[in-house]
Amino acid sequence: MRPTSYTVSFLVVLKNTLKRIQSTTLACLLFLVLLLTSKQLEMTMMGHVLIQLPLLVVCGWLVTPSLPSRLESAIEKDNEYGIPGILIVIFTVLFWMLPRSLDAALASPFMEFTKFVTLPTLIGIPLALSWPLLTPVAKGFVIGNLLSMLAVLGWLYTQAPIRLCNYYLINQQQQVGNLLLAITAGIALYFTLKCFFFDKNLEVGAL
Amino acid sequence: MRLTVLIFTILVAGSSVLWLETNGFQAFTSERARRLAVTATPKPLPIVTLQDHNGREFGFADYNDRVVLVDFIYTRCPTMCPIMGARFRQLHRSMENISPDKRYSLLSISFDPEHDTVAVLSSYADTFGADGSSWRMARVSDQAKLDFLLKELGVVIIPDEFGGYQHNAAIHVVDRGGRVAHILDYDVSSEQIQQVVQQL
Repeated sequence: MRPTSYTVSFLVVLKNTLKRIQSTTLACLLFLVLLLTSKQLEMTMMGHVLIQLPLLVVCGWLVTPSLPSRLESAIEKDNEYGIPGILIVIFTVLFWMLPRSLDAALASPFMEFTKFVTLPTLIGIPLALSWPLLTPVAKGFVIGNLLSMLAVLGWLYTQAPIRLCNYYLINQQQQVGNLLLAITAGIALYFTLKCFFFDKNLEVGAL
Repeated sequence: MRLTVLIFTILVAGSSVLWLETNGFQAFTSERARRLAVTATPKPLPIVTLQDHNGREFGFADYNDRVVLVDFIYTRCPTMCPIMGARFRQLHRSMENISPDKRYSLLSISFDPEHDTVAVLSSYADTFGADGSSWRMARVSDQAKLDFLLKELGVVIIPDEFGGYQHNAAIHVVDRGGRVAHILDYDVSSEQIQQVVQQL
């Protein structure tokens, strides 16, 4: 290899390393901020459900490129087509969608700890590792299910005559329900426009 | 083969966690969970000194060998508490048609002792017809004891934006041994309550 090739290779490695460090630093900072602001965010249902929980997932997603390559390739070996990983994501999402899980996180320090651990490690990281491996049909299936789950949850929160979470007021519950419905509609609209209007040659795999 | 085994393991583990978390897919809210929990294992009431609307002090043990229906209220409540008060008044009246050995007592406990003094409770009792013997309005003046009682029973009180509170609205059925054995909806029929009481 000529000296210029060494230089180019070195620069590429350096650039990727810096990107990874940047991403990990951002993830750690975000996690720290979420940890320090947990009481404030959890005071409202909107802060808890629509800000804290998704950002904890983002922390896991951001930290994924910094995983040791040996670990990443070991996971990839078992995570064929991304199916095992996405199944872990789906079960963890279902768990934290339960109103009683939200209540438990507020009532028990152990469940609060579990939330801070499982959302990045059992949703964020597996999602980042599995999404690129999923087949186009599987991606469409996951998006379709996500939209229907969000819509049902949003509808439930807006229509339930009683508080589903004991620790939040009913008007906060309705507010979160309306926002979940709006988010669902937004995501659905985005994919509809993308698939049918803006990019007619788009494959599902490119979502 | 390896993939199939892995998928199967995740499906079983994930379903098991969800099954455990929801009491066998029965309880998706903590309110439902606390109701199932006391039905499965009745919960003894803690030792607490209460003060009724006539100023008399008493404890849960004083209801010896009698079933008690307990609700939690605050007198400034504009929504659920008057509805529960009206429900208790119906139950109180319907007891006239029940043989004395099958009768139960009613107890409305205020979780706002600062505002709900004996005088305030007395006036509230007059409004709803609580007689002070088979139906008492009461308060727990010791805030720490009140907090403990609420925590033990899973009653969550949260302040609302109007200076009031939102809370679990339910009827707690205390058996003859002083244990909460059932938690029922406030609008459950008198016949259903009678059935539950007879089983205790």
